[in-house]
Amino acid sequence: MREVSPRLSVTKEGNVTVVVLTDRKILDEVNIMQIGEQLSALAVGQGTPHMVLDFANVAHMSSSALGVLITLNKRIRERKGDLRLCNIQPAIYEIFVITRLNEIFQICSSRQEAVDSLAS
Amino acid sequence: MLKDHWTISSDVKAARDIGRNIMQAVAQLGYSERLSFAIRLALEEGLVNAIHHGNRHDPSKHVEVDFVGDSRQIQITITDQGQGFDPARVPDPTADENLEKPTGRGIMLMQAYMDEVRYASRGRRVVMKKLNRCD
Repeated sequence: MREVSPRLSVTKEGNVTVVVLTDRKILDEVNIMQIGEQLSALAVGQGTPHMVLDFANVAHMSSSALGVLITLNKRIRERKGDLRLCNIQPAIYEIFVITRLNEIFQICSSRQEAVDSLAS
Repeated sequence: MLKDHWTISSDVKAARDIGRNIMQAVAQLGYSERLSFAIRLALEEGLVNAIHHGNRHDPSKHVEVDFVGDSRQIQITITDQGQGFDPARVPDPTADENLEKPTGRGIMLMQAYMDEVRYASRGRRVVMKKLNRCD
């Protein structure tokens, strides 16, 4: 079953929630707020969230979007869950490196690798 | 040479239109995709800083944006009507103790992606330059 919200496409693969960011640009403050709220709702709606966030569509993102990811990561860890990011395009990955957030997040090259690392 | 000036309210929707206009100008001037990515990111961070941190979304305050560019370089100037700030006192977001803070990376990204970023008017104005050159 796939749920599509305006900014996210959500599927379940076993115990793992796979969230595809559907926007190409995650720059607009209003959109970023919506994405943050939707991701938070997904994280708190599960006992122990295991979530993969797929960036394949994302070509632009801002520091506000990074803030949303950091908050999501904290929420998930508070619930003893895990978050993986995957399919990050090189230009976007560079933002993670510059900000050292590649050291905070567990980043996988493919969705399958990310799902496999969380599947129980 | 392309040149433009806008005055907008402290509103992200108005900023979106400016962003679109500036990026069209950058494309028209023949900047590469990689340089456009950098300019878009810095522009977005600068506009958000002016509206959010500078004017604090106060509808009575305005943001002024100036763009000037040619095939060699572009310059974007963003001026808000806030209280200003001292850029030197902004904590380093890459310090270990700040890594998991959700905010505070905008200025650093602007500096990382543009060739020159300088502040004037006690932090109320930021001037950013990007040269049209290969890395």
